[in-house]
Amino acid sequence: MRTFKIGGIHPNDAKLSAGVAIEVMPLPLQVSIPVAQHIGAPATVVVAKGDKVKAGTLIAQATGFVSANVHSSVSGTVAKIDNEPDASGNRRQVVVIDVEGDEWEENVDLKGDFKRTFNLSSEEIIAKIKDAGIVGMGGATFPTHVKLMPPPGKVAEVLIINAVECEPYLTSDHALMLEHADEVLIGVQLLMRAAKVNRAMIGIENNKKDAIKLLQEKASKLIGIEICPLRMKYPQGSEKQLIDALIGRQVPSGALPIEVGAIVQNVGTAYAVYETIVKNKPLVERIVTVTGQSLAQPKNVLVRIGTPMSALIAFAGGMPENTGKVIAGGPMMGRAVVNVDAPIQKGSSGILLMPEALSERVEMDNCIRCGKCVSVCCMGLQPYLLMNLVEKKMWQEAEQEAVYDCLECGSCSFTCPAHRPLLDYIRYGKSTVMRIMRERSAKK
Amino acid sequence: MDNLLKVAPSPHVHSGDSVAKNMVRVIVALLPAYAVALYSFGVGALVVSLTAMASCVLFEYLIQRFLLKGKCTINNYSALLTGLLLSFNLPSNLPWWIVVIGSAVAIGIGKMCFGGLGNNPFNPALVGRVFLLFSFPVQMTTWPRPLGWASSYLDAETMATPLSLIKGGKLNELPDVLNMFLANTPGSLGEISALALLVGGIYLLATKVITWHIPVSILLTVAAFSAILYGIDPTVYPLPHVYLLSGGMMLGAIFMATDYVTSPMTHRGMLIYGFFIGIITMIIRVWGVYPEGMSFAILIMNAFTPIINKYVKPKRFGRVTKK
Amino acid sequence: MNIILISVIVLGVVGIFSATILYFAAQKFKVEEDARIDEIEAVLPGANCGGCGYPGCRGFADACVRSLEGKLCPVGGSAVMNKVAAILGAEVSAADPMVAVVRCQGSCEHRAKTNRYDGAKSCAIASALYAGETGCSFGCFGLGDCVGACQFGAIAMGADGLPVVDDDKCTACGACVKACPKNIIELRKKGPKSRRIYVGCVNKDKGVVTRKACSVGCIGCMKCQKECPFEAITVENNCAYIDFTKCRLCRKCVAVCPTHAIVEKNFPPKKEVSEQV
Repeated sequence: MRTFKIGGIHPNDAKLSAGVAIEVMPLPLQVSIPVAQHIGAPATVVVAKGDKVKAGTLIAQATGFVSANVHSSVSGTVAKIDNEPDASGNRRQVVVIDVEGDEWEENVDLKGDFKRTFNLSSEEIIAKIKDAGIVGMGGATFPTHVKLMPPPGKVAEVLIINAVECEPYLTSDHALMLEHADEVLIGVQLLMRAAKVNRAMIGIENNKKDAIKLLQEKASKLIGIEICPLRMKYPQGSEKQLIDALIGRQVPSGALPIEVGAIVQNVGTAYAVYETIVKNKPLVERIVTVTGQSLAQPKNVLVRIGTPMSALIAFAGGMPENTGKVIAGGPMMGRAVVNVDAPIQKGSSGILLMPEALSERVEMDNCIRCGKCVSVCCMGLQPYLLMNLVEKKMWQEAEQEAVYDCLECGSCSFTCPAHRPLLDYIRYGKSTVMRIMRERSAKK
Repeated sequence: MDNLLKVAPSPHVHSGDSVAKNMVRVIVALLPAYAVALYSFGVGALVVSLTAMASCVLFEYLIQRFLLKGKCTINNYSALLTGLLLSFNLPSNLPWWIVVIGSAVAIGIGKMCFGGLGNNPFNPALVGRVFLLFSFPVQMTTWPRPLGWASSYLDAETMATPLSLIKGGKLNELPDVLNMFLANTPGSLGEISALALLVGGIYLLATKVITWHIPVSILLTVAAFSAILYGIDPTVYPLPHVYLLSGGMMLGAIFMATDYVTSPMTHRGMLIYGFFIGIITMIIRVWGVYPEGMSFAILIMNAFTPIINKYVKPKRFGRVTKK
Repeated sequence: MNIILISVIVLGVVGIFSATILYFAAQKFKVEEDARIDEIEAVLPGANCGGCGYPGCRGFADACVRSLEGKLCPVGGSAVMNKVAAILGAEVSAADPMVAVVRCQGSCEHRAKTNRYDGAKSCAIASALYAGETGCSFGCFGLGDCVGACQFGAIAMGADGLPVVDDDKCTACGACVKACPKNIIELRKKGPKSRRIYVGCVNKDKGVVTRKACSVGCIGCMKCQKECPFEAITVENNCAYIDFTKCRLCRKCVAVCPTHAIVEKNFPPKKEVSEQV
């Protein structure tokens, strides 16, 4: 079975909510929709306080090429447009909407005829994706339409669908594949057409055998779609590692996947594309895993964007008494949450509640130079060295050691027997070195 | 504790590995060889090993407490391990006060004066051993015959080790393979049974404390080197397995050279490091004054570890070689 | 006897020969350098802190010889600069001595914690991660990057979790200012007898938000701006700033500030200040 070649770890995958059916979350009383839910420029608000909106109404327009539209996820009245603290406590612009009923924009066809044939051109599909504000649903939230338009001179050969879900605990993609296999495959076909490729590979880790089997059955009748089971290893869901695992090509440092002829899209994105093209429905809801060892009912929930995390946690049985940490995303790359009232966004794949006992870090020791961080680094870096260089602020040397290549997957910190916060320092070094590099190239 | 939510950068989970766990695993891996030592050398082995372990732990505690004034580090068991490894490199009839001096040098000079675990350039146990070898050459090179609990501590009957037999050209007096494998030869405490050490090594590999790179590259190098010598003149040089099974070869290759702190970080670096340990060991064994060269070889390569780390980098992902 | 003689002669000849070569080589490859650079370097503090913006004291001395304009050794201050000027035969305008000032008073007592940071002990890392341990996203993290950056041991973490600057040791080199990711530390005029007034807050949130997060934050109420007779105070983005070049230390703003965000340092206990200006 295939997997990527360099480094990697095997954390306990703890998929508590695997196989749990997707539940639809009841509408909250109020949603708060951030205008920046994607990488790139924040969208510009096009509604005003007091405006009536429906589910699917455009509330913020993309500004520039790398940006994405934002739509209202509910029907109701715009209560305010203000800066509110996000999950990290930083204030970001949001549109707050009081929910009244559940009315959708007229052109949205919620039932959606189950079509398989389309006579849309690549450009038409991309335009619709752009209008619908679809971004990478795996968490990176890169606007999808940008990814589908390769820079001049580059040709895509293969579309890679990321259904790896290598983060422990998270099961939203798994649930999606089990319950919406047909829709996902149609979405993949649409993405293939948009990217002008005739070959797609869906990479799924081997811990989701039922999904692999189901998709293999359904895809056997379709031309050009290949389901590829992958050996479990973290971080296989990283774009570069997935391409390496599937087609054996390594994306060069600093380059995009298109350099080796690949376009990578998340399986959730494929589903969102299906919804947009078939149902005319913009990206206003997503499947979120709510999980945690002490949580009463770990679940996969279909949630409207902008729903407060706290409402979702309450829906899953309430915050357990012993919760020490709330994480937006998975435990390896997710962010610790300060403000549990912050909204679910387009890139929110899960909410993980960590019990107190597991949320404290252990005090760090001296580096014992065991080299484990070096052997698990999937980019072939030397984390112990990078941490030392960053601690001493030796930016030039850190640049020579390619700190900018770091994926921030966290394998080094995970594995360090001395509990050294390697990634904390490397991430800081990476951002500083990249800033220095940008300033230098700007000067030239 | 307060009820506030904790916030830290990702990752939020840890493998559960710790320094202490690794040290304990190495100690566990040494237990078979320790049992063999106790069985073969009796009370002498017990006195030497307990003295070494107790004094190493004590010295680390005292130095950390009164000189470095840092947090107590003996609970990561590294001092205990150093003591055990040091005693494995000593003959079982060594007077206890020499063992204490060796421990003081191992911990004080070998480790703590560089700032404690993780900062020492040389393997502390070997620093202690080599210091004793130079300071007490007679006591350090008379090995008692393994007579079990019948042997006395200080007045044990001594005999030559296989390596000194080779050095003296007495190839016909060498013990047979089985005896060398099963510990029926004289030698330092922990080095006499290749079998027990190999069992420990397999445990270390299975628990992923060490990787195969260093031991295998050392042993292969030594095997190849001695095979060539044997091919040149079978009357002077013994078969390769004699070199592999005798002296500190197994102990050194599996336990001493693989010491985290003083060995290279990358797998390729480890192979280079092991190769040179093998070469240097054989050069000393064949042409040097001392019958055994493992400790020197490891210490010499310890000194080269920083250079290996500097120049032998892991292969980077997506690195395009052509430009 | 012969041996001694021969060795002396041989060594002597070799010595003389080498000396000659060295002499000519030194002449040939001599680097012309202004002798004043050495003189200036001698009067500089020699800490090589880089606070002046030049690579070490010698680099600064070299720059001074070329032009003295705008040069200031932040460590030595005007006393050293006068000496430098004397060496170069020029005059320098005496610059005011400066000192680093921490513009946050959000100790635990005033600023309740809403979460607990458990990551690497570095302000830069914590600040890149999130807004901070309290409701205020502008205040001090208290992880001591400034303490580590100070080469003169002039900053220490106080008991209340905020850094404290030692006026006597501070040389205003600016290293802490660069190290603080929140831009809380500022170099300000030291003031006569170290007396100075500044706004101990950099929070740009609206007053309501600030007030909720911290009891001594600036809420941008404008009272100080109206009160100041010298137009030294401006309120921008809900936060007041006192221009130390205009401030005359009248302390009127301190009295009107409803949240005690304005700090007065080293003043004698307040007597009734006469109202006449």
